[in-house]
Amino acid sequence: MSVSYQGIGLDVLNPQERERFELLVLPHLDAAFNLARWLLRSQEDAEDVAQEAMLRAYRFFGGFHGGDARAWLLQIVRNTSYTWLEKKRPLELNTEFDEDLHLQPGPNPESLAIAGDNRERLKNALETLPPRFREVLVLRELEGCSYKEIATITSIPVGTVMSALSRARRRLQQALTQPAPQETAHEL
Amino acid sequence: MSCEQTPTVLHGYLDGELDATGAAEFEHHLEMCSECLKALEAQESLRSSIQRAQLYERAPVSLRRKVSAALPAARATGFSLSGMWMRWLAAAAAILLVASVGWRVFPGLRGTDNFEATAAIDAHLRSLQAGHLVDVASTDQHTVKPWFDGRIDFAPPVHDFAEDGFPLQGGRLDVLRGRSVAALVYGRRKHVVNVFVWPTAERDHAARSGSQLGYQWVEWRKGGMEFCAVSDTSAADLEELQRLISP
Repeated sequence: MSVSYQGIGLDVLNPQERERFELLVLPHLDAAFNLARWLLRSQEDAEDVAQEAMLRAYRFFGGFHGGDARAWLLQIVRNTSYTWLEKKRPLELNTEFDEDLHLQPGPNPESLAIAGDNRERLKNALETLPPRFREVLVLRELEGCSYKEIATITSIPVGTVMSALSRARRRLQQALTQPAPQETAHEL
Repeated sequence: MSCEQTPTVLHGYLDGELDATGAAEFEHHLEMCSECLKALEAQESLRSSIQRAQLYERAPVSLRRKVSAALPAARATGFSLSGMWMRWLAAAAAILLVASVGWRVFPGLRGTDNFEATAAIDAHLRSLQAGHLVDVASTDQHTVKPWFDGRIDFAPPVHDFAEDGFPLQGGRLDVLRGRSVAALVYGRRKHVVNVFVWPTAERDHAARSGSQLGYQWVEWRKGGMEFCAVSDTSAADLEELQRLISP
């Protein structure tokens, strides 16, 4: 992605606000990159998107009135990532939340432990999940977000975070203990 | 509680997001439902696999540089470097000056305007920059404690609280307001907790806490040591750790 950031309203903040931005938002660059990396499944694309999100956050910082800066930033990262996916890989977003898998019995802890101890396998399993499952797992398990923060970031009601995680974990377990489903052509 | 509901409730329990009543009800249910107990074990095993796999992807240096360069009038040194911290320290020093005047004139301000915490939060943020978190990485208190010998002139209490949900991750030397302190690093789910420890001649005092910049802090004195714990985890978590360290 080649975007020029020159002259697109980046001088919006006064020095005090700039300093506040550096203190409150920039320390969460790791979090921004991690979320983009898992949503886009690519190191390189995540760099572009995390950078764009950070600059967007900078422009919108006047609208941040305190509170959880990480959640505020991650919301922007998520929106930027989805916009990017819609533009570049629209097919990836068409995966439905299907509940069929609920009917299958859960795997036993032993087989799960064996499958889960393989880092590559775990990484691949997480990457095969639809983005909306993947993001709640990444936010909860890697980023350590509370349900309230997950709700803020993903714009779902806080009351549904628990069930979203429940479905996502079920999907991950199944991806780990069953042969990987065929990758669709656009993911190649 | 019927098993119809538990597949979801189990996750709230696993994540520590149920209220006290909900958690107690679920624990009661677990005593009777082997299916849920097994499901919970599977989830716990999955969670520890994820944690062991270290899937977190930190921002590469190239991205830090690009962001730094793209922000207008970004400091020549970049945001993660000394420019920002020097100004932050200057601000902390200014707060310190104001606070120390305030302390004499208005002793009542003492509990509310904690400038020790400002320096500790500064050190906490600094520690999160890549490669600064621990000088000695170990979950073994018998490795971390001796590491401090000869590096500082006091012996901080070092204990692993993994069983209580605060696994020790290591330790490092840090500087708070010009004084060498021991920093003990604990994990709390995916959060990092820094506990700064240094000797003090002042009397013990109970924990006081607060939050700044979205970070929580708890500070207390006990047995000739002053402690300040800082994290972006919840205030309740920090208070729990405080009680573990100084029961």
